[in-house]
Amino acid sequence: MFEKQYDVAVIGSGPGGLAAAIAAKEAGAQDVVVIERDVELGGILLQCIHNGFGSVIFKEDLTGPEYAYRFIDQAREVGVEAMMDTFVLDLTPHREIYAINKRDGMVKINARAVVLAMGCRERPRGALAIPGFRPAGIYTAGTAQRLVNIEGYMPGERFVILGSGDIGMIMARRLTFEGAKVERMLEILPYISGLKRNYVQCVLDYNIPLQLQRTVIDIKGRNRVEAVVSAQVDEHWQPIPGTEETIPCDTLLLSVGLIPENELSKKAGVELNPLTGGPYVDDTMQTNVPGIFAAGNVVHVYDLVDWVTKAGLLAGRHAGEYATQRRTESDRKLRVVAGDNVHHVIPEVLDPSDLEREPLELQFRVRRPVEAPVWVKVEADGELVKRKTERYVRPSEMIMVKLSPKDYDKVAGAKKLSVRVEEKG
Amino acid sequence: MDIKEEYKEVKGKYDVIIIGAGLVGSIIARRLSQYELDILLIDKEPDVGTGTSKANTAIVHAGYDSPFGTLRGKLVVKGNRMFYPMCEELDVPYKITGTYVVALTDEDLKTLEKLMENGRKKGVPGLEIISGEEMRRREPLVNPETTGALYAPTGGVSDPFMLTVAAAENAVMNGTDLMLETKALDFVVEPFSLHKKKVAGVVTNRGTFLADVTIASAGLYCDELMEKLDIKYDFYVRARKGEYYVFDKAKKGSVHNVLFPCPTPVTKGILVTTTVHGNMLLGPTAYELKDKEDTSVRAEGLAELREGAKRLVPSLEITDVIRVFAGLRAGGFLHDFIIEAPAKYWGFINLAGIESPGMASSPAIAEYVENLVREQGLELRKKKDWNPIRVGRPDFSELSPEEQAILIEKDPRYGRIVCRCETVTEGEIVAEIHSPVPARTYDALKRRTWLGTGRCQGGFDTPRVIEILSRELGIPPTEVIKESWGSNFLTRPTKDVPEGG
Repeated sequence: MFEKQYDVAVIGSGPGGLAAAIAAKEAGAQDVVVIERDVELGGILLQCIHNGFGSVIFKEDLTGPEYAYRFIDQAREVGVEAMMDTFVLDLTPHREIYAINKRDGMVKINARAVVLAMGCRERPRGALAIPGFRPAGIYTAGTAQRLVNIEGYMPGERFVILGSGDIGMIMARRLTFEGAKVERMLEILPYISGLKRNYVQCVLDYNIPLQLQRTVIDIKGRNRVEAVVSAQVDEHWQPIPGTEETIPCDTLLLSVGLIPENELSKKAGVELNPLTGGPYVDDTMQTNVPGIFAAGNVVHVYDLVDWVTKAGLLAGRHAGEYATQRRTESDRKLRVVAGDNVHHVIPEVLDPSDLEREPLELQFRVRRPVEAPVWVKVEADGELVKRKTERYVRPSEMIMVKLSPKDYDKVAGAKKLSVRVEEKG
Repeated sequence: MDIKEEYKEVKGKYDVIIIGAGLVGSIIARRLSQYELDILLIDKEPDVGTGTSKANTAIVHAGYDSPFGTLRGKLVVKGNRMFYPMCEELDVPYKITGTYVVALTDEDLKTLEKLMENGRKKGVPGLEIISGEEMRRREPLVNPETTGALYAPTGGVSDPFMLTVAAAENAVMNGTDLMLETKALDFVVEPFSLHKKKVAGVVTNRGTFLADVTIASAGLYCDELMEKLDIKYDFYVRARKGEYYVFDKAKKGSVHNVLFPCPTPVTKGILVTTTVHGNMLLGPTAYELKDKEDTSVRAEGLAELREGAKRLVPSLEITDVIRVFAGLRAGGFLHDFIIEAPAKYWGFINLAGIESPGMASSPAIAEYVENLVREQGLELRKKKDWNPIRVGRPDFSELSPEEQAILIEKDPRYGRIVCRCETVTEGEIVAEIHSPVPARTYDALKRRTWLGTGRCQGGFDTPRVIEILSRELGIPPTEVIKESWGSNFLTRPTKDVPEGG
């Protein structure tokens, strides 16, 4: 068995992984490796050939591959090693990675620090348990995106898209470009689940008929999809009899949510938050397993790639410091909890002394949309630490609150930090 | 399908033709392959075992419930004894878990007594009624109101589809010809004697094949073949739909026993059971319909499953579902197997109504058919070189890291993971595509390797599997199919990418 020692090993070469590798190197780690299961670096960005990437970090409008190459090039420059076409089979709590590829066979990597950057996967149909047949012509939006943009083949001609996630909306436009017809987009919620920007640029601009509070209740067709039956739902998401509509189509795309991909994390004993599906992390993006960090969509699903990159930079820097023994201990004593209309907050726990040295960002998503100005309040044991105004809040968009070193005194002795959203009266 | 003139051209002559490469047909083929016979096994689909064999509860019944005095009742007890050794020879997974019929009332306990008595009369070994307390000890998740259970230690679970593949493969290894996508459209019927006609062969979409003995093992389609020969029984054939829930192996609160509710006259009821691979499974429903291809899952079927399963396991939560599916089994019979050589023909053996417990009975059915073949005048001489052993191909995910390393060294394609959730490698996929019973569709690969059955349900592997099938079969990606004709994945190349580019 081929065996090798690294300071930092990063699993996954999407935006989170690439940023983490670069930051680890810049933080002084000598040997940094990125392990990628595909044949090229860049992760899912490579199939995202549309624009809209990089507005925060580069103040530019880049395509997915362009955005990825900014970091791939930088990673090469700083000397990050890459193992491509390599699949990690196992990860132990002692940071031993077992991986395979065609060239080396079984590979064992011993890493001083590991960054989990496996990203997320799409929610499949099975979990939704849609009744009906099991014909060809049912794809998740991301699989269809790969078929069209990487493999160069059309998965169908007449589409119904279930869910209004970002990939679904982007694919609605992409398929229209390719001469296919998107017959309908159906969303079970009373509001779209992706970004407003994508709704305007991909759905409205291309006259894609979107229906809210409707879902698919049946799939027709034995060999290939021939139609889907949709229905209006009530407030408990149950189909309302009499509202059924049969929509002829040959393909059903599912864009019904993303789930952090953490099978490996579980193998290493990393504790996961059932609300996010990702690891509990502290303010250094370290998990409960010492030396194992996590970055990007593997922690919780982001709305913009720029935030994934930022999370990767943070995790990578701390992994580098851990590997070079500059910092191996954290006093994780301050819990961060979700208050009114807050789904979850990252990080879930922090070392208050970190705030003495540098600013710290809390990231969260709301449970319900509020299309009016709101207060976002951060409180330490009930005492207000910080508040800011948002013009509106939507579950599809992540919200950030920054705490600065001058807030340190207010949180230093606290047991609990909470974040809540309050409508302005 | 219309019978074209070209279909009538004789393309071959065999001693035995078996129509239908389901579990029963394949096991019959394997059994007969030990003799000096030329055998042809045909199936209308692109894969073996795509009817009832691929989608059922996968229970190896102990045989206590099929009534004493029926053919079914006799064959299941014998078949159960022959079953596990057959799995050993064919390298097919099985677990002798024992099975439980759970009683929830005192009335149910009387049913258990009757079942036990019936089973003992037929010679089912080891039957025992255990107390509710003992049942709860063995399966803590069972309904706390359980009053007792009938334990059948010889019951178990297996993999009916892989058993079909393995049996067909072993038959092919021993000289049987297998022709897929070959549909029996009609029979060649010749005069024989005053009271009998001879069935002399089968007309298919690939031409006519003659045989001394023709065996119809057509599952749900047995009535269509019988109609061609004007064979009538006092029953109608209906498909009985069974819907199922499959859960993630990692689901917390999973049941790892085989639990039956107390049976009703129509069905054994909704089980809470385990697959041989460790997934909890709920099912089946029993819904009769005329359409033999209607494998759609009904919302009310799923609701019935949830309700039925909660009677056995009240704490059950319908989370971590990885699949819902429906299978069709032959229903509407007089609750017995029909396995016979109809009196008005020579050279024809008919199998009809092989419903539950068809899998457990299958080796005994094959033995029974062998005797009928003899009675139809064929002399059965043992082959000197018959090999009953079929060795399965490596399952990468089940190997130790050292074994995995050796495999990749031998064939680097084992170093490329195609299905991430179930850890299926390109090497395994290519091996299945080129095996004696080749997997040439996505679903054929899925059934053999479990690719696409995990958490992401094929999201990751589908584009990669299409690419591999296209390459290995030498067909364009647009011609790769999921299961049957017309189930193509892709419609055309995108605008600016030329074909193959």
